[in-house]
Amino acid sequence: MRELTYVEALREMMSQEMRENENVFLMGEDIGVYGGAFGVTRGMIEEFGPERVRNTPISEAGITGSAIGSALTGMQPIVELQFSDFITIAMDQLANQAAKLRYMYGGKGNVPMVLRTPAGSGTGAAAQHSQSLEAWVAHIPGLKVVQPSTAYDAKGLLKAAIDDPNPVIFYEHKLLYKTSSEDVPEEPYSIPLGQADVKREGEDVTIIATTVMVHRALEAAKSLAEEGISVEVIDPRSIVPLDEETIIQSVIKTNRVVVAHEAVKRGGYGGEIASMITESEAFDFLDAPVKRLGASPVPVPYNPELEKAMTPQTEDLIRAVKDTLNRE
Amino acid sequence: MLNSVQLYPEKSNDELLSLLKEMWTIRFFDEKVDEFFAKGMIHGTTHLCVGQEVTATGPCAVIKEEDKITSTHRGHGHCIAKGADINRMMAELFGRSTGYCKGKGGSMHIADVEKGNLGANGIVGGGIPLATGAALTSKMKQKDEVILSYFGDGAANEGSFHESLNIASIWNLPVIFICENNQYGMSGSVKEMVNIEHIADRATAYGIPGKVVDGNDLIEVMNETHEAVKHARDGKGPVLIEAKTYRWKGHSKSDARKYRTREEEQAWKEADGIKRFRDLLISEEIVTEEAADNLRKEAKQEVEDAVKYAEDSPEPSIDTLMEDVYA
Repeated sequence: MRELTYVEALREMMSQEMRENENVFLMGEDIGVYGGAFGVTRGMIEEFGPERVRNTPISEAGITGSAIGSALTGMQPIVELQFSDFITIAMDQLANQAAKLRYMYGGKGNVPMVLRTPAGSGTGAAAQHSQSLEAWVAHIPGLKVVQPSTAYDAKGLLKAAIDDPNPVIFYEHKLLYKTSSEDVPEEPYSIPLGQADVKREGEDVTIIATTVMVHRALEAAKSLAEEGISVEVIDPRSIVPLDEETIIQSVIKTNRVVVAHEAVKRGGYGGEIASMITESEAFDFLDAPVKRLGASPVPVPYNPELEKAMTPQTEDLIRAVKDTLNRE
Repeated sequence: MLNSVQLYPEKSNDELLSLLKEMWTIRFFDEKVDEFFAKGMIHGTTHLCVGQEVTATGPCAVIKEEDKITSTHRGHGHCIAKGADINRMMAELFGRSTGYCKGKGGSMHIADVEKGNLGANGIVGGGIPLATGAALTSKMKQKDEVILSYFGDGAANEGSFHESLNIASIWNLPVIFICENNQYGMSGSVKEMVNIEHIADRATAYGIPGKVVDGNDLIEVMNETHEAVKHARDGKGPVLIEAKTYRWKGHSKSDARKYRTREEEQAWKEADGIKRFRDLLISEEIVTEEAADNLRKEAKQEVEDAVKYAEDSPEPSIDTLMEDVYA
């Protein structure tokens, strides 16, 4: 099978869609000859031209709103928001327009758009370029929220997002752009939104992890296996819609669960997942309290050691798993 | 046809009369809504466009059926001018299942996407980027459609106004930005909130034409919008039109209008655009006073019929609550 990076997988999927579907086009800052801040759209303006790879002014509200208006009238725009922190500037258009138009209009009108945007810390970009604000958009009925953790998932989820008749916020992770999957098919494929993936099967403890935390959970699982602890790692892949069933069944099997994300723990989506578990039939199977891991409630600091200290690392996951087992 | 003034494009007598009737329909519709709110017969809130009928009717009278509009929180007039069925509008205000939004939108969210009304908007300036995007569709799909984006003087101070006009300009999009300057953003007088005489002057900053029109002069509003639409349809890009007008009523139902004088209100009422157009048609002998009165009565009766339709319509089933969040 083919090895492809996360960036290449995204680019390949967008290009394949654009070759097939003339309604699909890109809008964003520096996505033209520059190729996007993280190189995702590199070479695309050369293939598709400036009409379909629209390099925009620095106007997040204007770009997002124009995408919504074009989606409402028959196009399928993909917006690249250069850093997901800038969603603050586009937020009225997302929260008050994209998410609500269909409902407010009594079901007439769709907004089939994708807003791709990189989130996460670990690059030293500090407080205004490193946040994970997915819980903000997950809270708003009308939006869907996707967080691929691998190149394989990125390609398949992006196709599903483009084909979806609703506005989809597609969170990419800066630390994952250069990571590869060894099994990315060349032909287009779709991974349905709302279908979690069991990244590793296990018996003793379930870790529900999103985006970069999936990789730390897998490292933790590997290390714990050496101590005879069997960890199951589940990646929801989309948090709206959320595949509750896969999570519940895993917890019923393992009886212990750790929920981990990079976003600040307070008000983070992990709280929602934890509550969902305790409200479900899995509650009766729990042998330990649901454990949540998330970032400390501080702005993301610049210093690499401080930055690392803020977000859950592999060691934190190992400790959390052991806590649920009452082991040192 | 008119003789004393030139109207572009020319309209037949029947068309001119239907414009007069439409403006009365808009006025009576909103006066009726005002009455119902006062009596507590409709809940929520509403924003009335009484006094602004010309700026609703005029621009919509010079575009094609397939052209589109985006509207504002003060959008009943735009809806009617774009061809909405007032029965379904009134039903929406009553929250009924036969309303445009099945009772889920209310006054501020009436839309008729199929008819090219991309919706009223509860967010000041919220519709301006949507219009820009619709114009982008028109351009990319080579549809030859023009989009009218209605907004007020208040919205002209939102970032979405700036971002959208710039984007529409650099991409040469077929969108007409129509600022209905009704002198107040809620209580904020345009004299307090803007340090220039004309909002249309801002067009210069985006390298597009800007025009100021008398929002009580239907002929002038139609002529200037016609010019702008031609400009946009010819691929020359957007135009900003500022129509000076006045909302006779308060901002919303709870407004005591302490920020302005009754004398000022009276002066604007004397400049009533509907009366002006009616007088013109009479002086041109296109209609007699009596026939005009009949037209007025017809408009009033149709609003009464709409009320009846709304009152007779069923409430939405609670089962519809979760419908239409996602497609």
